[in-house]
Amino acid sequence: MTELRHRGTTENDLYQQSEDKGSENEGKAEGVSESETKPDTGLPEVPVPADDTPEVLNKALSGLSSRWKNWWVRGILTLAMISFFFIIIYLGPMVLMLIVLCVQIKCFQEIIHIGYSVYHSYHLPWFRTLSWYFLLCVNYFFYGETVTDYFFNLVQREEPLRILSKYHRLISFALYLTGFCMFVLSLVKKHYRLQFYMFGWTHVTLLIVVTQSHLIIHNLFEGMIWFIVPISCVICNDIMAYMFGFFFGRTPLIKLSPKKTWEGFIGGFFSTVVFGILVRHGYSFFVCPVEFNSDHNSFEVDCVPSDLFQLQDYALPATLESLTGWPTVRLYPFQIHSISLSAFASLMGPFGGFFASGFKRAFKIKDFANTIPGHGGIMDRFDCQYLMATFVNVYIASFIRGPNPAKVVQQLLGPHGQPQVTLLGTQRGGQRLAPESPGGVGEEVWCSYEQEHI
Amino acid sequence: MRRPWVGGGSLEGHLGIFGCPRIYSSTFDHPWLGSEQIHFFADANVIKWWSDRVLSLAMISGFFMVIYLGPIMLILVMTIQIKCFQEIIDIGYRVYHSYELPWFRTLSWYFLICVNYFFYGETLAEYFGALVQREDSLQFLVRYHRFISFTLYLAGFCMFVLSLVKKHYRLQFYMFAWTHVTLLIVVTQSHLVIQNLFEGMIWFIVPISIVICNDIMAYLFGFFFGRTPLIKLSPKKTWEGFIGGFFGTLVCGFVLAYLLAQFQYFVCPVEYNSETNRFTADCEPSDIFVMQQYTFPFAVQNILTWKTVNLYPYQIHSVVLSTFASLIGPFGGFFASGFKRAFQIKDFADTIPGHGGIMDRFDCQYLMATFTHVYIASFIRGPNPSKVLQQLLVLQPEQQLSIFNAMRDRLRDRGILPPAAM
Repeated sequence: MTELRHRGTTENDLYQQSEDKGSENEGKAEGVSESETKPDTGLPEVPVPADDTPEVLNKALSGLSSRWKNWWVRGILTLAMISFFFIIIYLGPMVLMLIVLCVQIKCFQEIIHIGYSVYHSYHLPWFRTLSWYFLLCVNYFFYGETVTDYFFNLVQREEPLRILSKYHRLISFALYLTGFCMFVLSLVKKHYRLQFYMFGWTHVTLLIVVTQSHLIIHNLFEGMIWFIVPISCVICNDIMAYMFGFFFGRTPLIKLSPKKTWEGFIGGFFSTVVFGILVRHGYSFFVCPVEFNSDHNSFEVDCVPSDLFQLQDYALPATLESLTGWPTVRLYPFQIHSISLSAFASLMGPFGGFFASGFKRAFKIKDFANTIPGHGGIMDRFDCQYLMATFVNVYIASFIRGPNPAKVVQQLLGPHGQPQVTLLGTQRGGQRLAPESPGGVGEEVWCSYEQEHI
Repeated sequence: MRRPWVGGGSLEGHLGIFGCPRIYSSTFDHPWLGSEQIHFFADANVIKWWSDRVLSLAMISGFFMVIYLGPIMLILVMTIQIKCFQEIIDIGYRVYHSYELPWFRTLSWYFLICVNYFFYGETLAEYFGALVQREDSLQFLVRYHRFISFTLYLAGFCMFVLSLVKKHYRLQFYMFAWTHVTLLIVVTQSHLVIQNLFEGMIWFIVPISIVICNDIMAYLFGFFFGRTPLIKLSPKKTWEGFIGGFFGTLVCGFVLAYLLAQFQYFVCPVEYNSETNRFTADCEPSDIFVMQQYTFPFAVQNILTWKTVNLYPYQIHSVVLSTFASLIGPFGGFFASGFKRAFQIKDFADTIPGHGGIMDRFDCQYLMATFTHVYIASFIRGPNPSKVLQQLLVLQPEQQLSIFNAMRDRLRDRGILPPAAM
């Protein structure tokens, strides 16, 4: 404890040497570090969110004690959220994309808001504007990359879209640079450190929130089942772990989250795996990759389901055979994949939750925000989803999906004529003989391409 | 009498007889003169000024030597990246007094290794395709590259969560974020530099030289003509230096582009030759490196009495690069200055005597590397045919056939293929 107090004092010395000594903000930041040394005292820097449970619920539950009231509020809101989830799935890919975008914006806003409260930086010039501007830039960049991939035909038809897509990276970079220069020009003498903190905070938030939400959208385009099943697994794991912990919980899991127990963890693991196995979707609505039909200007989900979604016979190993008396079992290969997804959701998903808990303890807040009564903010619900989205994307890229033929065709049908002829020639040649080193063939293509290009 | 070398350093520069704006502190370490000898001389400014210039020349010569040694520059870029990362992380440690935090140094270096593994894997798979196909173990690593990288990163993430200690939560989160922002800046940009290098060494040399040249030109113009301060953040920069540096850099870039564009060694994309196990830069130079004639517009013709001029198209591109380096490059420098003021440090580190740390030299380079990469992707390079071919050859035969037919019809429609080309 004394060592921590000493650290606090040396940090004070550091502040006093600076030219910012008299500034009120440095004093407040100093106050922040002071409270770090005394973990028990000090108000949370973020104002405690007021209870804004809707009046209706309050009236209906007025008779119950507060612990059960809380339980019921949470339960009702959980059901409401799950129904909402099913409704938007029914509405289709377009609505899903919009919802993902809205969730992303709300999460970003919640985290930035915490940063502002921690650093008391409301009055910093330009800062809110700059954070939102960076969010816009990064979203523009990512959506542009997605749009170019999936909406290729539409983009090629419209002239302004074609130019935007051809110079997309340059435009995104120019937009980002403008924000960067604005930041540099907005540096105010007394607030340098705070401004750099907020700059760093904004970028880390963007890294987490925006990249993951775009991975979710990529997963969505693979087929809605790759969107639904991971999210359902995480939700199921949450609920099951809570139930098991509620009824059987005894041994605490980790000091960081005292409410989590080993019983909840293991019970949640097994039930989520079972849930994953039970998921069987054959409907083409869910399993087909989402495509944009440029004639009808709408999304369609129409295809012959791939091998993953055709029932296949698997021979059980001898031990299981003797147990169950079945020589083979009919499964969708997808169910085997969903077992690995469930396993990941149960084992690693909680680490996302622990990370968020640590973050909340570090900044002394109870919830990210008060958007959902009983549950906290949107970020509270989505903290485990982020790791899951990245994992699913990496999983698909590594184990499921080969190269996307549509994407390769787009690259081929680009504007240059000469390399296409050469590629055509090599492709024909390549199909006649089995090529052993595509790189070698590529080299001669590269040189002839170089000659063509201006 | 003011003895600037005694006592604590101040952030404002002290001007000596040459107007040299260098800052002194009692910890000033001269490479070959001890501190007693320095006190002996009447004005240490002179010594400092000359030693700065000598070191600059040493760095520039080192740069040219490394260029001569060829694509061994990969190792150089890697080394610089590691040093920059270490400098910035060190600053974070000092600011947050987090030396005693458990695991933290290990975790920062672990994340650096993970992210580098991911990026190098992506690069290697593209450029070393033939070598990778030969070795089975490499093939496995390439096929599951993203999954392996993600697993490695996750392991680090879980270690971080498990290492959270009750009293130090906030510090640990700060250091986590600090590490990630540093990785974002340092590692991604250094990989963009390497990708530029593979496009052709000229795309590596010219941007870096232009930034160095802009630094030197702005300094010289500011030294001789500097009067109006440019920005409160860096009181040593002046408008005269800025504008003079802009024009000086344009000229230097133009001349340098002309000099380098003639050599195949610089101009060709770097390839890895799997037979000789070496890098080669051997090809037919593309059109931007072939001399062309440009006609001047009439107004300029009347002034110069030349109708046409022979230029490499690359020289026009170098004008764009120089403009960017002169106008936007300084913002990278201001950013670094603001950062140093925010955390009350004079230099990023003390690696290079007289110049500060490696990061001090490279702060303007980062924006330039990204810009060069984006510029090449937008204006110079189309999609990479060998990459597309690799993707094609992995598809199923039916898919290949349908793509083949689609392409053949498309080319016939555009009249590139004669109707009966099959």
